[in-house]
Amino acid sequence: MTNTAYETIIGLEVHVQLQTNTKLFCRCSTSFGAEPNTQTCPVCIGMPGSLPVMNRQAYALGLKTAVALNCQIPEFTKWDRKQYFYPDLPKGYQISQFDLPMSEHGWLEISDPKGAFETKKIGITRAHLEDDAGKSMHDEAAGRSDSRIDLNRTGTPLLEIVSDPDLRSADEARAYLSELKLLLTYLGVSDCNMQEGSLRVDANINLHIAQGERTAATPIVEVKNMNSFRAVERALRFEANRQFESWQANPVELGSPGGHKTTRGWDDQMQITRIQREKEESSDYRYFPDPDLLPVTATEADVASVRGALGELPAALRVTLAKKYGIDAYDADVLVNQGRPLVAYFEELAAACDDGRRASNWVQQDVLRLLNEMDATIDQFPVTAAALGELLKFIAAGDIDNTRAKDVLQEMIDAQSSAAEAMAKLGIEKVDASDLESLCRELLAANPAVVADLKEGKMKAVGALIGQAKKQNPNVNPAQIKSICIELVKQL
Amino acid sequence: MSLIDSPATELLQLLKSAEVTAVEVTQAYLDQIARYDGRVKSFLSVGSERALEQAATIDQRRGRGEPLGELAGLPVAVKDVLCTDGWVTSCGSKMLADFVPPYDATVIARLKAADAILIGKTNMDEFAMGGSTENSAFFPTTNPWDVSCTPGGSSGGAAACVAASMAPLSIGSDTGGSIRQPAGFCGVTGLKPTYGRVSRYGLIAFASSLDQVGPLASTAEDAALLLRTIAGHDPLDSTSAPVDQPDYLANIDQPLDGLRLGLVREHFGPGLDDEVGAAVGQAIKEFESRGARVQEISLPHSKYAIATYYVIAPCEASSNLARYDGVHYGYRTDEAAMLADLAEERKQLAAAGDEAGLANLDSPLMRLYRLSRSEGFGPEVKRRIMLGAYALSAGYKDAYYVKALKVRRLIRNDYDAAFRDVDLIVGPTTPTVAFGLGEMVDDPLAMYLQDLYTVSANLAGIAGISVPCGMTSTGLPVGLQLQAPPFQEERLLRAAHMFQQATDWHTKRPTLAAETP
Ligand SMILES: [Zn+2]
Repeated sequence: MTNTAYETIIGLEVHVQLQTNTKLFCRCSTSFGAEPNTQTCPVCIGMPGSLPVMNRQAYALGLKTAVALNCQIPEFTKWDRKQYFYPDLPKGYQISQFDLPMSEHGWLEISDPKGAFETKKIGITRAHLEDDAGKSMHDEAAGRSDSRIDLNRTGTPLLEIVSDPDLRSADEARAYLSELKLLLTYLGVSDCNMQEGSLRVDANINLHIAQGERTAATPIVEVKNMNSFRAVERALRFEANRQFESWQANPVELGSPGGHKTTRGWDDQMQITRIQREKEESSDYRYFPDPDLLPVTATEADVASVRGALGELPAALRVTLAKKYGIDAYDADVLVNQGRPLVAYFEELAAACDDGRRASNWVQQDVLRLLNEMDATIDQFPVTAAALGELLKFIAAGDIDNTRAKDVLQEMIDAQSSAAEAMAKLGIEKVDASDLESLCRELLAANPAVVADLKEGKMKAVGALIGQAKKQNPNVNPAQIKSICIELVKQL
Repeated sequence: MSLIDSPATELLQLLKSAEVTAVEVTQAYLDQIARYDGRVKSFLSVGSERALEQAATIDQRRGRGEPLGELAGLPVAVKDVLCTDGWVTSCGSKMLADFVPPYDATVIARLKAADAILIGKTNMDEFAMGGSTENSAFFPTTNPWDVSCTPGGSSGGAAACVAASMAPLSIGSDTGGSIRQPAGFCGVTGLKPTYGRVSRYGLIAFASSLDQVGPLASTAEDAALLLRTIAGHDPLDSTSAPVDQPDYLANIDQPLDGLRLGLVREHFGPGLDDEVGAAVGQAIKEFESRGARVQEISLPHSKYAIATYYVIAPCEASSNLARYDGVHYGYRTDEAAMLADLAEERKQLAAAGDEAGLANLDSPLMRLYRLSRSEGFGPEVKRRIMLGAYALSAGYKDAYYVKALKVRRLIRNDYDAAFRDVDLIVGPTTPTVAFGLGEMVDDPLAMYLQDLYTVSANLAGIAGISVPCGMTSTGLPVGLQLQAPPFQEERLLRAAHMFQQATDWHTKRPTLAAETP
C-alpha cells in the first residue's frame, strides 16, 4: 500500500472585509486600530431594543464582487441569524445568510504561467454577507485568566466566499488566493490586508486515495490560523502529507467510525498543524430569518448595471495587454498582477514610446526594481510615464544605450528632471557617424590580434574593442561600435 | 369633574388655554399615584421629580409664548419595555433590574419632542411574556376594579394606571394581545396598531415580527391623540412602514356610514363566557342601530392561531433573549461564589478519580452563562426560550417553525379575504373577564388561551382595538374588539369613537381603596 497515488481535495473559505466607511448594520466607523470599544453604539453591541439597518454600500460591494466572480444573483436574498454564545458576539447571534445567499454558482479561473498546473476554473459555491464578531483578548498573566473584549470590529461587513472543493494542490490554492485577492483589489472592494484581518482564509482538505477499483476518502480536516498565503500553502502541503502518513499507518475513511471532520490549527513557528477540535460536534446554529431586517431584491437591470461598470478585470486584461502591445503572456501576467495603477502606467508608457515590448521590459526590470528600492507604489513614482517615454524614444533612436539609459533614469529621479536634461547633465550626446568610424579604424589598427580573431569568425573578440571605445568616449553606442568594427574587418 | 377624570383631549384644551398648568396636572396624577398605587402597583418607577421639573419648564415656555409640542404638559405613562435614556428600563425582569439605557426608544424621543411628561414606567410581565402581569420579576399589578384580580397583561401596569386615573395616557406593547387584553380587563381603550405603523427602535424585543407599540387611554379620541405622536416611519427600524401618516383626530367625529361589520363565527364558540357574549352582542346591536350592517364571516385558520403563535413567538424570543448572558450588561451571577463552587467541584471529581466528570465540568465562561441566565430569568421566560430553541433546532425546525410560518400566511390570507366583504371585524377581546390573581399561574396553557381572539391580528400584522362595552354582574369590565385591515387605524378609531359617543362604558371608573392590602 506504500506509494499509493493520491489526489488532494481542497476547498477554501475566504472572509473578506468590505471597504465601507461604516458597519454593516449601524453607522459606526470601520477604521482599524482605534482605542478598544470606542467605535461602538447600541446596535453593534446588541443593547436591548436596538435594531439593525442594512448598509446599502456594503451590499453594493458584495454584489459587485459576486458579479465579478461570475455568480448567479438571485432576485431575492434575506438575512438569517446564526446563533451561538460567545463573549465577542454580543447579540448571541451573527447576522448572516443561510439558505438564500445573495449569490451562488460562480467561478474564478486560475492559471500558472510557469506551468505548474493547467489553467482551470474553480467553482464558487456561494458568496454571502455577514457581520463580523468582536475580538477577545485573553490575558493569563499573574495566574488568573482574564479576558477582555474589544467590540470595535463587531458588525464590520464581511463577504464570505466559499469555493467548491476544486483545488488539487497547495500551489493551486495559493494561485486561487492570489487571483482572488487581485480581483478584489481591482474591484476596490477590500484592502485585503491579512495582518489587520481584512482577509482570512480557512481551508478544508482531504485526500482521495486509489484503492484498486474504488477511491477512499480520508476524513476532512478544516485548517485554521493561517496568517499569510505562504502559510496557507505550507499548511496544506503539510496537511496532505500528514493525512497520507496517517492513512498509511491507520486507514480510516471519511464517514467511518473515527472518520469525522476535525479542526486543526496551523502553527507557523513549528510549521505543523495541531488538533483544535477533536470531538465530533454537530454545531446547531438554529438559523432562522432575521425578523428585524427586510429581504433585499436585485433586479436583472441592477445586476446588468453592476456588470457594465466592472471595468476590465485581470483575466481579460492579461489577454488584452498581450494582444494590444505584442508582449507575451508571461509579461502580461506580471504587469496585471501588479494591479490596475501599474497597468495604467505601462499603457501610458507604451503609448508614449510607441513600443509595448520596450515599455514592458522597462516597467518590469527598472520601474518595479526602483519602486521596490523606494518601498513605494506606482502612484508615488517620481517619473511620469510621459517622461520615461521620452527616454525610451532616445533609446529607440540609438541616441543612447540601455545601460546608460538606466543611469539617466536614476538622474531623472535624483534631479527631478526630464530625460533630455538628465542626458545633458551626464554629458551624453549622440556621437557623429564619421567620428564613430574613425574611432573604430584607430582601434582595429591598434589591436591586430582582435582583427585576426574576428577574421576567423570569433565574434566575441569584439567585446574588447567596445570596452576601449567606451573608455575613449562614454557616449558611444556599443551596438554601433560592434557592427562598424565587423563591417570594417570584412572590408580588410 | 376633577382633572384626573378628564379625557386627555380635554386636558390638553385646558392646558392650551392656560386654565390649568402642566404642574397642576402632573401633580394631580402624582397625588393619585401616591394615594392608590400602593394597592394597584401599576408603576415600577415613578419619575415625580423630573416630571414636575419638566412640567414647570413647559409652563414657563407657554408663559413666554414659545411654540410647544402637541402633547405639551400631558403626563404619559410608559411600559417598562421601552428604553428611556438615563432611566432604568427593566422589562419586568431581574435580568435588567439595574439596566440604564444610554438612549431613548424612538417612541420616547417622539413623546419628548411633543413635550409629553413621562410620569413613570409601568409594570409588565417579564419581557412581555404573560397575560396577567404576574410574571413581573418585581410584583404583580392588581386590577383597579377588583384588587383580587389581575389587570391582564403583559401591559397590565399600562392599563391599570389609566383605569385608576393615574395617567391620562399610557404606552403599551402588544405581541399577542398584550395591549387589548389588559385594556379589556381594566375597562380602558387600547389600540394595537398595524405592524410597521409605530417604530420598534428601543422597544425591548420579545418577538420581533409580532411586537407593536400602541396607546392605552380612556377614550378612542385620546388613543388617536397619542397614536398621532408616536406613529410614523422611522429610518432606525427597517420594518417600520414608509407609509403616509393620517391625522387620526381630524375626522374622528364623522360617523362611518354604511359600516360593514364582520362577525367571526369562530369567536362565538365554546369557551366564551356568557356575560361577555351578551355584552358583546349588545354592543353589536348598538352598531346596527347606527346603520352598520353585520354579517357573519369565517377565519377558518384562526383555530391554529394559538399554536402558530406559540411556535413563532418563542422561536424569535429564544434568539432575542440570547444577548442577556451576563457578559456585557444586565444581571451577572456572583462570580467569586461561582469560581469557588467550580474549584470545589473539580476537587471532588479529582478526588473521586472521575475523569468523565472532570472532562464535562463547565468552563468558567459556560458556568457564568448558565448561572446568570438561570438566576436572571423567571420561569415563563425560560419556558419560552426552551420552546423556541427546541422548535428551531436541527430536525425540528421544519416541523415547527417553518410550518408555523406557512400557517401564519394562511391566517393573513383569511383576513385579506374577509376584508373584501367587511370594513371591520367585531367580537370579544377575550373569552372571559379578568381572572383572579394566582388563578392560572400553574396552568400556562389556560393562560395562553386568553390570547385566543387577539393573537391572529399579530400574526396577520393588522390593527385591532379594545373598547369597554359592558360590565359583568361581578362588576368587571368587558372588552369589545374591533379589527381593521392594515393601516386602517383611522377607520378603527372612528368606529370606536362612534361607539363611545353612543355608550358610556368608557367613562366608568372603579372606586379605589387607598389602604394597601
Ligand atoms: Zn455601531
